[in-house]
Amino acid sequence: MLSDADRIFRNLYGQDDWGLPGARRRGIWDNTKALIELGRDKIVEEIKESGLRGRGGAGFPAGVKWSFMPKEPDGRPAYLVVNADESEPGTCKDREILRNDPHLLLEGCLVAGFAMGAHTAYIYIRGEFFNEGSHVQQAIDEAYDAGLIGKNACGSDWDFDIHLHRGAGAYICGEETALLESLEGKKGQPRLKPPFPAASGLYGCPTTVNNVETIAVAPTILRRGSGWFAGIGRPNNTGTKLFCISGHVNNPCNVEEAMGIPLRELLEKHAGGVRGGWSNLLAVIPGGSSVPCLTNEMCGDILMDFDSLREVRSGLGTAAVIVMDKSTDIIAAIARLAHFYKHESCGQCTPCREGTGWMYRVLTRMVHGEAEVEEIDLLEQVTRQVEGHTICALGDAAAWPIQGLIRHFRPEIEHRIVERKLREQQPAAAE
Amino acid sequence: MPKLTIDDIEIEVPVGISVLQACEIAGKEVPRFCYHERLSIAGNCRMCLVEMERAPKPIASCAMPVGEGMVIRTDTDTVKKARSGVMEFLLINHPLDCPICDQGGECDLQDQAMAYGIDHSRYQENKRAVEEKHMGPLIKTEMTRCIHCTRCVRFATEVAGVPELGLLGRGENAEITTYLEKSLDSELSANVIDLCPVGALTSKPYAFVARPWELKKTESVDVLDAVGSAIRVDARGAEVLRVLPRLSDDVNEEWLSDKSRYACDGLRRQRLDRPYVRQEGVLREASWAEALAAIGSRMRGLDGSRIAAIAGDLCDAEAMVCLKDLMAKLGSANIDCRQEAAHLDASVRGSYLLNSTIAGLETADAALLVGTNPRWEAPLVNTRLRKGWLRQGLKAGVIGAPIDPTYPTEYLGAGPETLLEVAQDNHPFADTLKAAERGAVIVGTGALSRQDGGSVLAAVRQIADKLGLVRDDWNGFNVLHQAAARVGGLDLGLVPGPGGRDVAGILQGASDGSIDVVYLLGADEIDMAKLGQAFVIYQGHHGDTGAHRADVVLPGAAYTEKNGTYVNTEGRVQLGRMATAPMGDAREDWTIIRALSDALGVSIGVKSLGDVRQRLVEVNPLFDRVDEVVAAAWEPFGASGPMGTTAFSLPVDNFYMTDPISRASETMARCTQDFVAPKQERTGTHG
Repeated sequence: MLSDADRIFRNLYGQDDWGLPGARRRGIWDNTKALIELGRDKIVEEIKESGLRGRGGAGFPAGVKWSFMPKEPDGRPAYLVVNADESEPGTCKDREILRNDPHLLLEGCLVAGFAMGAHTAYIYIRGEFFNEGSHVQQAIDEAYDAGLIGKNACGSDWDFDIHLHRGAGAYICGEETALLESLEGKKGQPRLKPPFPAASGLYGCPTTVNNVETIAVAPTILRRGSGWFAGIGRPNNTGTKLFCISGHVNNPCNVEEAMGIPLRELLEKHAGGVRGGWSNLLAVIPGGSSVPCLTNEMCGDILMDFDSLREVRSGLGTAAVIVMDKSTDIIAAIARLAHFYKHESCGQCTPCREGTGWMYRVLTRMVHGEAEVEEIDLLEQVTRQVEGHTICALGDAAAWPIQGLIRHFRPEIEHRIVERKLREQQPAAAE
Repeated sequence: MPKLTIDDIEIEVPVGISVLQACEIAGKEVPRFCYHERLSIAGNCRMCLVEMERAPKPIASCAMPVGEGMVIRTDTDTVKKARSGVMEFLLINHPLDCPICDQGGECDLQDQAMAYGIDHSRYQENKRAVEEKHMGPLIKTEMTRCIHCTRCVRFATEVAGVPELGLLGRGENAEITTYLEKSLDSELSANVIDLCPVGALTSKPYAFVARPWELKKTESVDVLDAVGSAIRVDARGAEVLRVLPRLSDDVNEEWLSDKSRYACDGLRRQRLDRPYVRQEGVLREASWAEALAAIGSRMRGLDGSRIAAIAGDLCDAEAMVCLKDLMAKLGSANIDCRQEAAHLDASVRGSYLLNSTIAGLETADAALLVGTNPRWEAPLVNTRLRKGWLRQGLKAGVIGAPIDPTYPTEYLGAGPETLLEVAQDNHPFADTLKAAERGAVIVGTGALSRQDGGSVLAAVRQIADKLGLVRDDWNGFNVLHQAAARVGGLDLGLVPGPGGRDVAGILQGASDGSIDVVYLLGADEIDMAKLGQAFVIYQGHHGDTGAHRADVVLPGAAYTEKNGTYVNTEGRVQLGRMATAPMGDAREDWTIIRALSDALGVSIGVKSLGDVRQRLVEVNPLFDRVDEVVAAAWEPFGASGPMGTTAFSLPVDNFYMTDPISRASETMARCTQDFVAPKQERTGTHG
């Protein structure tokens, strides 16, 4: 279990003041100038060595991403864009940071922005996070007033501006290039890659888009050293991580824990265990709605990190742990997710636009067994036809939960179909 | 030059092209719906997926730039599966209404489904239905068939410059719409019909008229403006059913203006299909012999100076050269091809051409528009200027009436004073032109068809000379014509001979009685009231203003009914071809003039089309160089003398009706009602 001394998010539960005095009390903005004086290369090097992987879901090494930014400016400005459009079902970690510790993010913006040669950061916040957005804006105002950002931020000779932008409620705007489109005032539809944002992003300028949590942990890593961060967790899966535990547990919560904590330990220590005891566990979606679920058997000794979950053909995603006990209709649950992806597909590219609706409709029939057994294979094929053929990852995200369902709960689907058929035959038999 | 391997074929391709283009170079066909060479890349149909070595998943080849050492496979199982998967997705919500769909037989989806589709549908759910959208009198919509390729949206936004189309909604509820259910207000709107790979956008006037395999297709050129767009005329029997653009990189790329495309229904209405002779004030049907005899009896013994001829806007060069020869035989120098009375100098070719060439204009980085609205006078020249603005930020200045050409312009002034300021290098825009690498000045007939037209031409020339717009490798002096016949007429020297009268002089002479006979070769745009008591012979194909005034009507052939030569505004000699026979008793125009010359006893000595073409080359050797633009020498021209003070007016007040054919067209009337009338109401007494 993570020791209190190793916690980065020390006001995760909002027990302390979220404003600047409270932030300073927690050591935020403490001699940030010294961090900047480390220099661009050193900061990127430290982040690389810490093993920090992007916290938005894909887990790309953050230091490597930062290093893609052009070293010498070519006349175009560079931008840091913080993805605070947290909309993944089950995920609410960024919300807590924005609400209770916005200065942690702002300090991260300055340090990360400097490390990538950006004088401007945009925080793209989910529109529904109204109060959180207000907190961030107030924090930005406080930081400007205190000279922490703006001209000569923290006395570092580096000018740095932070702008807050509220989204309008589309899940797809959390995809980094759709986010950039939306930020530019256009319709939120993912762009084609290449070019990648580091070459041509916001307004055609070099841009790095990072998750709130990724940026927020950067100053602490620099203060305490990459070695400290790398020492937590497992190799290639280092540091601390915010887990959002929801569903059928006794005490749903957000908690900061070491990477690689066993799932069972996570649930039992922090969430009060599965409702009705461990044996009542049906399945867990370990990383937000977009990853395949795990069965009870798999959950016993699985470690919560990128590589371990990948080995069992799932993923850490945003580390939003959705727990389902045996009272759950797992087909209905996944059908609900399919509805979500159908609703949130941007409609730009064919497989996702047409496929999400198809998958949702078939699955919805399957909830009541209104299907043929062969259609399970058809559904599986449709998910394969969507997966990997789309512009962005939403197609994959829509396909994976269904693939997980079919992989682990195929007998349940078949059972329902057979039951329905028997039900329909009964009146005939009574005649 | 990156080298890459496509299906084991090693090729070297130009930098910056896409993998899809490279595959084409390697001879590998890649299916696509959204990709179009002349539009931006959307990458959304996902039909063009190919495998790339070291890429974890198939890539969209249209959106992937080529790189050194790439290894591409277009024939693997993964690729086949991906494509048939996408095809299946496209078809699940596509109605199976091919038998009643106008796109049938020329539908990309239909064709590609043959190659990549499967023989049955696995989709058991209800299909999506989408409401029709109103897009005006030209575009018929059946949005249920839409596959969301967004070609139409990109065309409207990028090429036409009217961002009135878009994708509304999300996911499977996404719909292509005009947002406000209003007509697509562009002179190029119907090109979206060609672009639409399915039957979502089809031609409204052509709806349910014919199937493509029933049509005889004839490659020809358009004559309804001076661009000379390459067209294909589709006819069934004697009727021209539709006109489509043909590929022509140097002229119209692959677009066509709405007028050129849809005025073809005017070819069936108001036609002159037999000769007429006016008797007791009324035009009565007559035979050819009677008509020619009527002319003969009026003209015999008349002195050449009392005869005049005016050639109109749609004339082919063959008819014009015959007319010229006939007038010479009759001893008349009163001949003119400049109906609008533009002060153009036929002796200096460079003075009346669009010297920068149509394709050249898209490389211009500054342009001064004088008395012209290219959007209405030549929409496909306007798209080049717009492209120049999109690519290299063309700076455009306007002298004359304010216009909206779909790219930003700087309004400099209304008339000659401003022109003079620029010509004397006394205006900020003169500096813009001087600083430009490829500066251009484009003068329209609105600035030349006036008393001081010659001085205006001289001032424009001064701009070209003084501000360095004319160099060895670039000539920025441009005259934008609207009439397909104009440059041909000037090239043939259909201008008054020594002591002859020009159009104004002819009308003056007809009014005061010093001209007895006026021969109108398809000339309808002059003020007929000024013809006074003159005996008027009208040769043409439509019962328009000229025929109404005429004493004898000789029925000629429209541009789709004859083999004719035309010269476009940049000086390109082009051949139009006969798609259908002339109507009724009508004849090809040069044969009528030849018959008349025989009737008058002054044979012009041509027996066949070959003879006439030979004669064309004799008069001007350039007529031998078909489809070429021969750069004109830069020689002195223009009249001296001061310019007046009146503002330059625009020559076209209704894009949809500029000539006898489009005035007879029902479709153009509908367009006028939808697009032009509302605007004119606003600017009129309605304040």
